[in-house]
Amino acid sequence: EVLCCANYPLYIRSVPTQGELKFHYTVHTSLDVVEEKISGVGKALADQRELYLGLLYPTEDYKVYGYMTNSKVKFVIVVDSSNTSLRDNEIRSMFRKLHNSFTDVMCNPFYNPGDPIQSKAFDSIVSTMMVQAF
Amino acid sequence: MSLKIKLQTGSVCVCVWVRCAGAGDQNLFTALYGSLTQQLPREPMEWRRSYGRAPKMIYLEANFVQFKEELLPKEGNKALLTFPFLHIYWTDCCDTEVYKASVKEDMQRWQAALRLHGSVDWLIAVVESDNKKKNKTNILPRTSIVDKIRNDFCNKQSDRCVSLCDPLKESSRSQESWSSFLTKLRTLLLMSFTRNLGRFEDDMRTLREKRTEPGWSFCDYFMVQEELAFVFEMLQQFEEALVQYDELDALFTQYVLNFGAGDGANWLGSFCQPVRSWNGLLLRRPIDMEKRDLIQRGEASLLDLRSYLFSRQCTLLIFLQRPWEVTARALELLHNCVQELRLLEVCFSPPHLWGIFQTCLGCFWATFGACFRHLLGHILTMFWAYFRQVWGVFGPCLGRVSGVPQSPYKKLKEALSSVEAFEKHYLELSHAAMEMYRAIGRLRSARLLGKSLAEFYMRKGDPQSAENFLLDSLKSYVSESWSLPLTHTRKQIAECQKQLQKMDEYLQTSALLASDTNLSEEERRHFCQEILTFASQTAEDARVALSMSSVTRLQELCFRPSSALVHVSAALLLELRLCSLMPVPVTLEHISASIHFTEEQPGSTAQKRAAQNPDGTVTFPAASPASASALELCEMLEHSPSDNTLSSAGLACRNMHLLMRRNDSATSLDTPNTALTALALEDGAQMLRASDVTLSPGNNSIVFTSQKPGVYTLRQLCATLGRVQLVLPHLYPVVQYEVYSQEPQLSIQPLTEHLLAGLPQQVKFTILTGHYSVKKGDALQLSNTDSMPVLHSSTRSARILSSSAELVAESALSIQSSEKVTSISLPVTPPYHTLEFLLDVLCHIPSCPARMESERLTNGQIIPQKQLWLQQSGCRVSVDCPWSIYSTLVSLTFHVPFKVKHSLLSVGRRKFIQVCLQNVSDTNFRLTNQTLTENQHTPSLELLSLNTTTHSQCVFSVWELRWSGVSPVSLHCEFSASFAPADAPDAALKPYRYHFTLERVSTLLSVCAEIRPAEGEQDCRTGALCRLEVSLTRLSEPSDSDEEYSDTDGLRTTRLLYEVIDNNSNWAVCGKSSGVVSMPVAAMATHKVHMEVMPLFAGHLPFPSIRLFKYLPHHASPVIPPDTDSCLENDSLSLDDQAETASLRSRGSVQSLGSGESAQPRGPMPKRQAFGPGQVFNGTQGQQVLVLPAADHHLMEVNVT
Repeated sequence: EVLCCANYPLYIRSVPTQGELKFHYTVHTSLDVVEEKISGVGKALADQRELYLGLLYPTEDYKVYGYMTNSKVKFVIVVDSSNTSLRDNEIRSMFRKLHNSFTDVMCNPFYNPGDPIQSKAFDSIVSTMMVQAF
Repeated sequence: MSLKIKLQTGSVCVCVWVRCAGAGDQNLFTALYGSLTQQLPREPMEWRRSYGRAPKMIYLEANFVQFKEELLPKEGNKALLTFPFLHIYWTDCCDTEVYKASVKEDMQRWQAALRLHGSVDWLIAVVESDNKKKNKTNILPRTSIVDKIRNDFCNKQSDRCVSLCDPLKESSRSQESWSSFLTKLRTLLLMSFTRNLGRFEDDMRTLREKRTEPGWSFCDYFMVQEELAFVFEMLQQFEEALVQYDELDALFTQYVLNFGAGDGANWLGSFCQPVRSWNGLLLRRPIDMEKRDLIQRGEASLLDLRSYLFSRQCTLLIFLQRPWEVTARALELLHNCVQELRLLEVCFSPPHLWGIFQTCLGCFWATFGACFRHLLGHILTMFWAYFRQVWGVFGPCLGRVSGVPQSPYKKLKEALSSVEAFEKHYLELSHAAMEMYRAIGRLRSARLLGKSLAEFYMRKGDPQSAENFLLDSLKSYVSESWSLPLTHTRKQIAECQKQLQKMDEYLQTSALLASDTNLSEEERRHFCQEILTFASQTAEDARVALSMSSVTRLQELCFRPSSALVHVSAALLLELRLCSLMPVPVTLEHISASIHFTEEQPGSTAQKRAAQNPDGTVTFPAASPASASALELCEMLEHSPSDNTLSSAGLACRNMHLLMRRNDSATSLDTPNTALTALALEDGAQMLRASDVTLSPGNNSIVFTSQKPGVYTLRQLCATLGRVQLVLPHLYPVVQYEVYSQEPQLSIQPLTEHLLAGLPQQVKFTILTGHYSVKKGDALQLSNTDSMPVLHSSTRSARILSSSAELVAESALSIQSSEKVTSISLPVTPPYHTLEFLLDVLCHIPSCPARMESERLTNGQIIPQKQLWLQQSGCRVSVDCPWSIYSTLVSLTFHVPFKVKHSLLSVGRRKFIQVCLQNVSDTNFRLTNQTLTENQHTPSLELLSLNTTTHSQCVFSVWELRWSGVSPVSLHCEFSASFAPADAPDAALKPYRYHFTLERVSTLLSVCAEIRPAEGEQDCRTGALCRLEVSLTRLSEPSDSDEEYSDTDGLRTTRLLYEVIDNNSNWAVCGKSSGVVSMPVAAMATHKVHMEVMPLFAGHLPFPSIRLFKYLPHHASPVIPPDTDSCLENDSLSLDDQAETASLRSRGSVQSLGSGESAQPRGPMPKRQAFGPGQVFNGTQGQQVLVLPAADHHLMEVNVT
């Protein structure tokens, strides 16, 4: 239920896997809201440092949270609506962890920016995060 | 009086219980009641509040209720609205006796009852009437009834008793008392209200704190807090009323969440009952009493509670003029309800969505109708989309639900009346929602919606309508490369296209799906089979072209030979490496590569083949979006055109046009659907073909061969599979190969570095046969020239080499010579081979040197080796080749191996001729038999040889020239010598001749000089000035043409310029070093010049050089004499020398010459002209003078030259 992408997906991972397609659709649609939010944030200078975009929109089944790095790479976390243990703060820290790990991936000289992420370290970070969260 | 809750804006309705004393008093109150209820809310009161909340101006309104003791609220009754805030005791008793008898007692009972119930808010109103007073006589003037009552009841609160004067009269006194009574009443009411409200809130909080205790009921608590909300609502404090409901909402939500987490509360049980129906929300009524009762009784279901809460919140929001929040909350509510029902494990089936649906519709019409559409924006859109979704879910149940619940909304009822109407509404809704998404810029959401609409159309069996929506959303997934949605959508499109019988498109989509790794093997096989089945059908329709890139990936192309450059008959192998993405092996009937002939000169394509590696492979980039957008950078170096230096260096981006274009508008070329139209095959193009190729999954390699001449660019790939053609419309990077056809070429090259004239030399004939094959009898015809005969040699063989320089054959060569032509018959040679043979040729040394340029170059300068080849002789050979009607002209350059130089030497009047013959080639020669003859055979002349025989590489020969009588003006001489290679026998000696002419042979002037020490000195010493005496003597009268004469005083004179220069830095010439003298034209005329020189070294020093020139005044000589050049060159040489050495030594000379030199080109200046060689005899050459070192020198410096 975690993904990072810059309009085209760099990394998508979801548990459980059976609803993957639906997640993809959800995440893709959420980019609309992300874009809307950034264009809104751009106007307020004070908010520009805030990378966390908050709850993008709720649906019947999921809550979709967004985050965007300064290099306009977007992270989206989709959480089951019934999962009430995750508060805003937890989501925020998850994003921060994700961002750190993503930065590590980008620092890899063998990584070609724009390619799908295949880093094992990143994978394991995401996995741990998912195990903790869900 | 009955209880009523009156919601009048801006006023608080409080309850006032009235007790009237006696029947008469009852009437009195009834009379006052009207004006009291009317006038009480007329003026606002400032409401000060606890907990620092802001004060507010409120209007008070009151319900007056008759006091009944049994109706007094019991302890714990929290009904705030029916709570008696103030008790008023009305009396118009003015008689003390009556008061004492009955009224006081009644009052005491009333007070006791109040005290029993803890009510401290009371008021006694005494109505005084003048009429009554007049009737009674026993009135105590000083203690009125009011005072008595105050005494009896109001110990410290005298304001609790108020008297009213004739309230029904119009007098000013009565008015005054009436208004002060109203003020008092308001104050007391507000006080009581505030106090009781505060107490109520405290109680409520206490109750809330008890929520963990068993037996606590949310419904009870709900009623209590709602009471508070009602009060705030009445006070028009909607915001605070809303807060109460929100608190209730949050509390309830938390409970449900806790329940979901396993922490169930008992009271929640009632909410867990299965949903039977949910009749939706009615927002038109402010309070849904029906539901409220259910809650009060604890019988409400979750949905009941939720909808009641929501309806109350909506009402308040609309009061607050914030209808857009209604929709936002509605959406949240709906999501929430579904969640909560799940959490509470409530049985939940589609028909129950009725409720949700009706709620949606209700909300929508409630808000939409309010004309707040422009404020709703995003929320409304999302709401709308959700609405549509729910409606869609509901659709399939339409038939099954019996007894459609009665809906209060007409439109809804209409919509649900039939399937058609329902669908019509669904479509309307969907389109509206999509439009809204588009309007707010959420294109992806709109497309997703469109996709689900397409699914609806597909279910309806209307693929036509579905297709566009699917294609639209496909585009967005492709452009952002979301593979999973892409596959899914593509699958839907395939289904749609199949139904539409759009075979081209369907096959294209199938091709993409067959190679899609997101699909299962089985699905891929299915789609692959679809293509194969279609391909094998025999039908007369045109073939179907599919994009090859969807099923295969072109990885690499390999040329053999790697240069991709072959001649016509050679084989060029072109190996394609294709990666098939198909799940099964596919047999292609043939695969062809169309090639394009390029009109270009061979060789110019070299730069264009940048993508071709040296080993002949071209790697095609994988078509992924990341790599497509990568920068293609190349190095740029710019050289300036003039001197070829680097003027700028930089990086340039080659694919900037791709990167800079706008992403949204440009359709991606990678998408097979858009490329489909561009798949037209190039007709008439030339093809490379390979037949019966099986593409198995994974990597394949296909080999083509090519033979036709030309430069070709690979344009397309096309694979044929029955009716289906797989086409790769463009190949990038550009791949070119070249098949060339070559004209036969003949070249003749010297075998050695230089060809020497005079000796037999070998030259190499090379024939590149090109496309011509040398047949038997073909011969080269060489036209003979006199200067270069072709020498016969017995065994000559020709070598035949293949194009890869391998020796193929060797065969003998026969050469026939006739008078004019030499014919060389060639051996049979296949095309594109090389024929080589050697031939001996001889070039005769030309007898007369082509140019005389010897003298200038002998000044000890270092001359580069090549310039020593003074004489070159170019020979042109005309060759007739069998493949051409034109003759080939071949030019060969022969070098003369010798350098010859002659000079005229004089000793006084005696003349000697020296000829120097020097071998400048690398070959060793024997030079002998040198002779000199005079061509004219003048009898008076005699050439006396002074030579011995030598055989060295460099021969100097001297002859003395003797004559009798008049000296010869010019001499034409011929020098001849014999030469042969050093190891050759005498028979091989060949003559070498050299002609030269000598002019102005006789000596005109003789120069003598003498250096003497200064007077009084014995010897010349270093650093001491010495005297130099130069004497010029005319030896013979010049011929007329030789010199310029000037007549002065009848004496013919010539003007001579002398110059004393010491180039060896032995002497410093002091004073004037040059000058002009007039020389009489008479034999033996002598002129002496004196000057001072200073020796700089000790030893036997050679004399400084003394030069003599003809001095020509500037007007005199319009013709520039031929020797001026050499003269000037000598000058500049000497000038250079002087500049290098210290100027001290010959300052005078530098100055004079320098000025002369610099002035020369500027205007008509006097000129000097050198004498011919031998015209001046310089006696000082080789003469030396002894110079002793300076006496006081400790160090003796001796310079021996």
